[in-house]
Amino acid sequence: MIPASFDYVRPQSLEDALARLGEHGDDARVLAGGHSLLPVMKARLADPAVLVDIAGIEGLSGISESEGGIRIGAMTTHAEIEASGLVQEKCRSLAEAAGAIGDLQVRNRGTLGGSLAHADPAADYPAAVLAAEAEITVAGADGERVVGADDFFTGTFETALGAGEILTSVRISAPAARGGSAYLKAAQKASGFAVCGVAARLALDADGAVESIRVGVTGVAATAYRATSVEEALTGSAPSAESIRKAAAGAGEGVDALDDFYAGADFRRHLAGVYAARAIGKAWIRASGK
Amino acid sequence: MAQAPKFIGAPIKRRDDPRLIQGLAHYVDDFNPPGTLHMACARSPYGKANIRSVDVSKAAAADGVVAVYTHEETKGIGPVPVGAVLPDAKVPVQPILADKQVLFAGEPVVAVIAETRYGALDAAALVEIDYEPLDAVVDLEAAIEPGSTKVHDDYESNEAFKWGLAGGDVEAGMKEADVIVKEKMTNVRVAPLALEPRGVLAHYLPGEDKMTLWTSTQVPHKVRTLVAGQIGMPENRMRVIAPEVGGGFGSKLNIYREEALAAFVTRELGVPIKWVESRSENFLTTIHGRGQVGEIEMGLKRDGTITAFRYNVLADCGAYYQLLTLAIFTLTGLMLPGPYKIDNIEMNATGVFTNKVATDAYRGAGRPEATYILERMMDIAAVELGMDPVEIRRKNFPDKSEFPFGTSAGLSYDSGDYHLALDRALEAADYPAMRAQQEEARNDGRYLGIGFSTYVEICGMGPSAALGGQGWESARVRVEPTGKATVFSGASPHGQGQQTSFAQIVADGLGIDANDVTVVHGDTDVVPYGVGTFGSRGTVVGGSAVVYARDKVRAKMAKFAAMEFEADANDIDFEDGKVFVRGAPEKSAGFADIAMMAYSAIALPEDTDPGLEETHFFEPSNFTFPFGTHIVLVEVDPETGDVEILRYVAVDDVGNMINPLLVHGQIHGGIAQGTGQALEEEMLYGEGGQPLNASFMHYALPKANRLPRFELLHTTTPTDVNPLGAKGVGEAGTIGSTPAVVNAVIDALSPFGITHIDMPLRPEKVWRAIAEKRA
Repeated sequence: MIPASFDYVRPQSLEDALARLGEHGDDARVLAGGHSLLPVMKARLADPAVLVDIAGIEGLSGISESEGGIRIGAMTTHAEIEASGLVQEKCRSLAEAAGAIGDLQVRNRGTLGGSLAHADPAADYPAAVLAAEAEITVAGADGERVVGADDFFTGTFETALGAGEILTSVRISAPAARGGSAYLKAAQKASGFAVCGVAARLALDADGAVESIRVGVTGVAATAYRATSVEEALTGSAPSAESIRKAAAGAGEGVDALDDFYAGADFRRHLAGVYAARAIGKAWIRASGK
Repeated sequence: MAQAPKFIGAPIKRRDDPRLIQGLAHYVDDFNPPGTLHMACARSPYGKANIRSVDVSKAAAADGVVAVYTHEETKGIGPVPVGAVLPDAKVPVQPILADKQVLFAGEPVVAVIAETRYGALDAAALVEIDYEPLDAVVDLEAAIEPGSTKVHDDYESNEAFKWGLAGGDVEAGMKEADVIVKEKMTNVRVAPLALEPRGVLAHYLPGEDKMTLWTSTQVPHKVRTLVAGQIGMPENRMRVIAPEVGGGFGSKLNIYREEALAAFVTRELGVPIKWVESRSENFLTTIHGRGQVGEIEMGLKRDGTITAFRYNVLADCGAYYQLLTLAIFTLTGLMLPGPYKIDNIEMNATGVFTNKVATDAYRGAGRPEATYILERMMDIAAVELGMDPVEIRRKNFPDKSEFPFGTSAGLSYDSGDYHLALDRALEAADYPAMRAQQEEARNDGRYLGIGFSTYVEICGMGPSAALGGQGWESARVRVEPTGKATVFSGASPHGQGQQTSFAQIVADGLGIDANDVTVVHGDTDVVPYGVGTFGSRGTVVGGSAVVYARDKVRAKMAKFAAMEFEADANDIDFEDGKVFVRGAPEKSAGFADIAMMAYSAIALPEDTDPGLEETHFFEPSNFTFPFGTHIVLVEVDPETGDVEILRYVAVDDVGNMINPLLVHGQIHGGIAQGTGQALEEEMLYGEGGQPLNASFMHYALPKANRLPRFELLHTTTPTDVNPLGAKGVGEAGTIGSTPAVVNAVIDALSPFGITHIDMPLRPEKVWRAIAEKRA
């Protein structure tokens, strides 16, 4: 398929890009890596009149250390995040989520910001940023604001991004001294999207008890979510393989799950439990240095 | 040939590869004659609907639109050709553009011609078609129920035909049996999905009254004869060129609506017309494969001897037939006994219309279905009888001394040694160690499974009488005045690599370097009338024609050399670019010198004309029957239903191999494709007849990262059906792999008491099967 015709602008500054978005309103869409938007346009499910390509704006890309954590520019590609030593060190689950996206070609073009702003319910990043308690910076006509990951995903393909705003960066806090994280997924074999993806990030105290844990689940429901019951069940005591398995079973319980030809709702809920157990188990092993 | 072959049998790299890898190849879409207009079709979004009215005014008025065609303007074009026939089959007429009704989603209704491809697509979207959606029927079993929604209003039911095949006495065989095992099995509809979709460029030159049709096809001459017939043009005014063709798998062994449409329009407008299929259109309108649901009964003695085999099957035709729709399941019947001595066999097939695109030949075409049900039944019987899957297979193999082996389905298998291929595979896999590994894994709570497929297939299509015509292939070999050689083949390879292997064949016979041989194919103005590439026939039949044409040229050259050396033509030999008298090396000339003699023609041997160009039409005396054993080791994750293939060992006996590298390429692709059907692939439709997964985002082709390194071995049992002793390899991998993979998964799940799951074995289905048993 071929998209309907559209205008294309490539502003060189964030101010200019925001101005363009303001000018065209709902007719405009931000183009980042294009790996979500262009397929939708080719299927003619979207026909924006104007694409505002933000690839020419300096400073929107790159990974840097920030207060012991990391700051990742919105235009940073999945491949860069996957390969980054800094991301692997500070938040392994995010690197793993990046590496689990699509195929190499997609990872070389697709961007963190584009994926988060698109908010596909089966995308990999949402689980990872939820688990990492990421802070998402967005810029608008009135300046910058920071949105916590918990408040960012508001629905299927819907986010806290307001009209005319651009997601500019993502910040992830420093890992705990005894911290670990992991992302694991069951992929739809055609698209590579998550039928179920679970990210877990946890911190252990000196006695090996879980000090804090966050578990993000994607692909299962219409919006990525945190498996709070799992987090609560595991917080405060030293985990075991058995306790993790038992607690993780709750990751899909009661969830209004997606249902399609590839995976029914009950299968997705079941997978949430299985993958939560595996991701938490892996994060725990990493945290405890085993 | 007097000398040992230098090139035949050598693993020479495909000469197509550099241009393909570098993007230097030319597919249909790469040709852009000046003034080319683009065609796009408005297609039915419904499985079935009445067309109340069609309003093209907005489309016609759109920017850059040159013409718009509906059924009314194109009704003079002959319907889509149906090649295969069956007695008493209902044969619906497939129009070029739908008239009062559409019968499947994707059926074209209006064609728009515009200056650009974008413009044509935009304008096609402006066509206003007032549809009255009707109930559609997509489920094969539902469609044949009495009172079902009908596909064709003017037929009494959705029954397209009945066809049967019987050998021996199945009733008697069942009575003789100690055990009868039964199962219902499905070979789901799958899409061939050549990576280059279809495409056609038609260019009519009114002054010359000559048309060139570039089309992505496996059968350029069939396209010429049939499309010229559809538009009422003498076929010798039409030139069909199959340029680089990016895969076919049978889907391009066909004549499609858009070919005749583009040919019709270019003749009307006198400018080139191009249409290139989108992937969505490819899913919707290019033929699908498989599509059988059947009940199988197999009778056996306690010792595993098969006494009878019966297959009662529904075959999904789709709404219309394409070229060979009516032939595919007959191959299932012919191969029903597989590699086993089954004296009593019966197949009862009912063809069923559904509101879907037609089924037709897809890699294996009827044989994978037969092999799948048979190999699955062998495993089910083995479980029932408490036998090892190897043992039960061996029990029923004919011995090599029994070849040529006549089957109850009426075929004569040319040659074979099934025990040897099985032995070799067991040895390569280290079967006892594999079983030990499985046992050990089970003790650790892991589920490994070992799957077998011992298959035989029918290849080298085939004797003309057995195929209902055109089972031969043509070749012309020309030695040029400078001593280079050119092969003109009637076969039409589209990725198989015969540009390399045919050069190997000619180089050896003429004692020249393979690099001095050029192979030309796929141009009806240049090559002799040919049949095409399908049914694993390219090398077996097409290559054999090359052998004979080559030998005719060689014999003629020998006469010129004999004249020069005053020797007997029978004593002339060819080696290393020299032509010489055997045993008298001083009587030697360069190959090119003798070639030039034949063209200068200053002196001619007795009864000999100038020139060095010979043609041969090769008619095979029988099909060929390659065979082999595939062994697969899988691990199933019972919590997620995921299947991982850990090892894949295949022993394929394809007779003599012209180029083992090409053989391996075919087997690699075939195994991958067959694995796709086993694990993931399936065309799914909603109730209204709309496909649910018609995109690469939804329909999973097998990817390299899901496949292990293939361990490929061979036994070599030549055939005497052709001079090469080759049996064909295009489909072996697809045929052998599907049941082997499924058998392995079922073996892995045997501790749960699972004996069968229908393909495709997607994770959810596997998980559910386990969950049901656990409940």
